Amino acid sequence: MAVKIISPGLSTTVQDLGRPGYYHLGIPLSGGMDRFALRAANMLVGNDESAAVLEAVFMGPEVEFTTAATVAVTGASLPPKLNGAELATWEAFPVRPGDRLSFGFLKSGARVYIAVSGGIDVPVTLGSRSTYTLGALGGHEGRALKAGDELPLGEGTGGKGTGGKGSLPEALRRQPGNPAELRMLPGLYWHRITAEAGKQFFADTWKVAPEADRIGYRFKGGTPLDFVPREQPFGAGSNPSNIVDACYPYGSIQVPGGTEPIVLHRDAVSGGGYMMLGCVISADMDLIGQLQPHSPARFTEVSMDQALAARHDRKAALARLRAHLGR
Amino acid sequence: MSIRFSFGGDEHIFGEVSEGMSLESFFTSLSMTNAVREAQISGVTEICPANASFQVKFDPDRIKPADLMRELQSMEAAAARSDASLKTRIIEIPVLYNDPWTHETLMRFRERHQDPSKTDLEYAADVNGLGTVGNFIEAHSSQPWFVSMVGFVAGLPFLYQMVERERQLQVPKYLRPRTDTPKLTVGHGGCFSCIYSVRGAGGYQMFGVTPMPIYDPAQKVNYLKDEMCLFRPGDIVKWKPVTRDQYDAAIEEVDANRFEPVIRQTSFSLSEYNKDMAGTKARLMEALNGR
Repeated sequence: MAVKIISPGLSTTVQDLGRPGYYHLGIPLSGGMDRFALRAANMLVGNDESAAVLEAVFMGPEVEFTTAATVAVTGASLPPKLNGAELATWEAFPVRPGDRLSFGFLKSGARVYIAVSGGIDVPVTLGSRSTYTLGALGGHEGRALKAGDELPLGEGTGGKGTGGKGSLPEALRRQPGNPAELRMLPGLYWHRITAEAGKQFFADTWKVAPEADRIGYRFKGGTPLDFVPREQPFGAGSNPSNIVDACYPYGSIQVPGGTEPIVLHRDAVSGGGYMMLGCVISADMDLIGQLQPHSPARFTEVSMDQALAARHDRKAALARLRAHLGR
Repeated sequence: MSIRFSFGGDEHIFGEVSEGMSLESFFTSLSMTNAVREAQISGVTEICPANASFQVKFDPDRIKPADLMRELQSMEAAAARSDASLKTRIIEIPVLYNDPWTHETLMRFRERHQDPSKTDLEYAADVNGLGTVGNFIEAHSSQPWFVSMVGFVAGLPFLYQMVERERQLQVPKYLRPRTDTPKLTVGHGGCFSCIYSVRGAGGYQMFGVTPMPIYDPAQKVNYLKDEMCLFRPGDIVKWKPVTRDQYDAAIEEVDANRFEPVIRQTSFSLSEYNKDMAGTKARLMEALNGR
């Protein structure tokens, strides 16, 4: 009743839908970066949508199953192979004891979600199985997986699910465009930059920097921001991008030194001393999780009403997946 | 003083009590977040006080952003009037200043520093006009500090020095953040000191290390069995400079899980502090050392 890690890929962690309620202590939500794909993987294998899965970035792991189960891989285009034979992503398939799952090379996207029927049954820590590696919390021993790790599976293994037959066609999936369009609601410390700098921020095409991980995604290649002059407030620090250390919302776009925006993601640092321009809307957070370094992206201004409509659309897209699979 | 509210995307409301730091702003932020917690508003999922601001995370499927905004704004007047006092703790933190581990780390990141020819302590002494590292350590460790925020990473306290504003130590953050900081580094940026609870990136100047764990996700450390994170906003900290021998002895105690931090119950009132800073601090030090 387990999954054995033969090789871990670049960085593979156990993730579910996260750990709310501890951000005031600096412990972030964590959980799958692309929650749309995480939910879809669980739907395909008949799990509760919040079950824990494996999240792998850029390179897949190699794993061996010790039990019969249903498995699905969603998210990036990173072809799964069962005992060497290539299979499709976004499609459930059965595995038998001794079967090995490995992966080919990444074609597009950044992260895959590997769901196994029954769910990855690591201990629940503060209400979640998600791994927060920076705080050595949750998941399997609070860290990314290593060769030799064995992960138990939960109840219902091989039982429920689509019997390894379900699939989700491309039209029902959600993936970033090229360039990726990240909708954002200006706010927070937006007033600290000039109107011209604000226009330019939306006009520029940015590129994902190599420093892009579960904590945050850095973007480069745009125009440095011009700040509205002010005498820096007491305690903030001397750079015009400094503020008195404050809370950082998920999706908030901070710009240290006014040069390279960083969008905080699921393992966000909970606060700090850099001004923020606003937040990427909740509906587009999944998309960031599928961006590779060097891929182009643009920020688009939206209103609160548009953000809520986008949130509604994302929920409707998830409902279409459920309907398609008869859930 | 009027709170500046802003939406942070479709899931957060951010409130800035003031642009600059003060204990008054901290207490308003704390009163606001306490009021939000007590109101038990359906759809609110995270309530985070900060130094001079706060943040509330919510589920817009359960409460309309505009409705929550109105509700928070209606709490502002009461929060501003509330009694700025609390039952709290004073905690002694041993510090090995000028230690070999932060020294090794800061030497690796000199090109990101304002003055590559100096160590972080030498630079901090210089920009505060204190002349020597010894004087700086004395200024840093002789007065208590107030925990005005917990966060950045798990359990990290932001500490605000309890002295007149003109005596408060201020040091700029690194020009570009480091990619590495030793675990349990005592750092400083702007007017805030901090203790890095875990190893990782950081932009604060590095002054020393404490042997005393402040975050334990495994909850095995004897004084962190109930709570993973030691610090809460409102705690008061007194640094205690230690020698290398004392540091090593403390590490042995920590490794054997016998280390007992000095933590005393006390109370703090902002109006008393503003009226009589020296007397308030003397009472706090008595609470720490008086038995």
